[in-house]
Amino acid sequence: MASESELNAGIEDGVRRRDFINIAAVSFAGVGAVAVVLPLVNQMNPSADVLALSTTEIDISAIQPGQAIKTSWRKQPVFVRNLVAKEIAEAKAVPLSDLRDPQTIDERTKPGKENWLITLGVCTHLGCVPLGAAEGENKGDFGGYFCPCHGSHYDTAARIRKGPAPTNLVVPPYEFTGDTVVTIG
Amino acid sequence: MSFPWAKPYEPKHPLMKWMDEKLPIPRLVYNATGPGYPVPRNLNYFWNFGVLAGAALMIQIITGIILAMHYAANVGVAFNSVEHIMRDVNAGWFIRYAHMNGASMFFIVVYLHIFRGLYYGSYKAPREMVWLLGVVIFLLMMATAFMGYVLPWGQMSFWGAQVITGFFSAIPIVGEPVRQWLLGGFVPDNATLNRFFSLHYLLPFVILGVIILHIWALHIPGSNNPTGIEVKDEQDTVPFHPYYTAKDGFGLGIFLLVFVALTFFSPNMLGHADNYIPANSLSTPAHIVPEWYFLPFYAILKAFTFNFLWIDAKLWGVIAMFASIALLFFLPWLDSSPVKSSTYRPLYRWFFWVLVADVLLLGWCGMQPAEQPWVILSQLGSIYYFAHFLVILPIVSRIERPLPMPNSITEAVLAKHAPDAASGPAAA
Repeated sequence: MASESELNAGIEDGVRRRDFINIAAVSFAGVGAVAVVLPLVNQMNPSADVLALSTTEIDISAIQPGQAIKTSWRKQPVFVRNLVAKEIAEAKAVPLSDLRDPQTIDERTKPGKENWLITLGVCTHLGCVPLGAAEGENKGDFGGYFCPCHGSHYDTAARIRKGPAPTNLVVPPYEFTGDTVVTIG
Repeated sequence: MSFPWAKPYEPKHPLMKWMDEKLPIPRLVYNATGPGYPVPRNLNYFWNFGVLAGAALMIQIITGIILAMHYAANVGVAFNSVEHIMRDVNAGWFIRYAHMNGASMFFIVVYLHIFRGLYYGSYKAPREMVWLLGVVIFLLMMATAFMGYVLPWGQMSFWGAQVITGFFSAIPIVGEPVRQWLLGGFVPDNATLNRFFSLHYLLPFVILGVIILHIWALHIPGSNNPTGIEVKDEQDTVPFHPYYTAKDGFGLGIFLLVFVALTFFSPNMLGHADNYIPANSLSTPAHIVPEWYFLPFYAILKAFTFNFLWIDAKLWGVIAMFASIALLFFLPWLDSSPVKSSTYRPLYRWFFWVLVADVLLLGWCGMQPAEQPWVILSQLGSIYYFAHFLVILPIVSRIERPLPMPNSITEAVLAKHAPDAASGPAAA
């Protein structure tokens, strides 16, 4: 057993050497614990195979004006819509100040291809697939898409107009790789 | 802890004496649910629901462990493995239907248990901790039930997972990464199904642990009772066994009758037909609704259809929905009335029943499509729900004049039988 004087050796300002060792040891163990928790938390993030997002090629030659198709990219639905002139005019007629998420139709389509509206078919509220892509489905009050889950209405440029969704339907990254071929991703 | 007059545990058999010295489990049981635990003599049948909730949890754990022996958590086969349980596994249909309806029974008894607490003021001092732990159990139950509903990988499973994990995407900036972290992908998929299965198996045991804390916290002051008056002496109590083991046993019999009637005669009454369609990530069912026990909260979520202040509608809905439950954590301090039981609270009693009606209305609205008049009714119902806890309750508990109260539980019990005492000697 160490004597009292030995234990108290090196005391300055009331701090013993042993206090320092205790704090240092617990801190070091704490850093180690945090280092172990990181991979335990990170394993829940999307894994490499999920992240290895494939690009999807779509043939749009068969889509007539006024029609839309539903396809999928990264397991999420994608709407490809061939807008008619009236729908484009309707979208252009809306003042940006009326929009919750202000964007012009030109910002949402490619130059010279503004009749092709390509968006994710995922409602920005809670992720349901809106109606309006297939023939005869409810297109909502603004002639675009309507989400039946919680009643969000999108216009002909797939912009949010009414209901709980905060933003417009997302335009995924895509390019025209041919006259009638679109590559998403 | 218990009352000083609690019957002490005195093992007579040498084996029990030996056991008592090594591992005093018989002593624990005797003092917690046996003759060694004195309980108010006047508990009514509303005091059955705690034990019934415990029974429901045990049914879920037993049937769940069996189902896990036959189920496969992989998006390719999950749906078919549930059909395999229903069609091929011996008595599989019975065990699955029992598990499905057992969840509903669990929520029914827990809701009655919660409203019992609200009516009789069981959340008040000295039982705040019992109430707080109860709210934790309720939240864990909701998480467990949600993840269990995803496992069959039907349409409702998939879209339920999509919508509920979507709540988290409402959080500013980190919302979408958090959602992807929860899902392990961009949409609910195999990673999601696997982790939900793992957690669905884990959480019931966490619930069991919190229930032990809930009972431990309860046994320090002892049970509340219909008068809300604390126990004063021995004549206010009876031993738990045999008095309440018998009363709870009778209630358990009724509970089981309802449970088997539901399971055998109407097993899909509380479910949704859409969940017998395999999950399809490209098509949302026309009308998606959660299980009945989430409907009032779902109505609050749907009530926000407009942006308000600088927060958007989506975030408001999610905040309001979580707040509607989080509010319960503050209940013991929102109600400052020293009187517990509604029997002696003439004003609060009315507002209690209005709250019950409001929650039922919200549940009804939660079931309806997002159209008028349901939207406006959800909005009014949500406003009232919050007003009840944040405005009405604090005011009522200050201005209310309670009815005259008896001095003790025994006095209240004897007063009830006073007419008998006048008519004959049988009243003793």
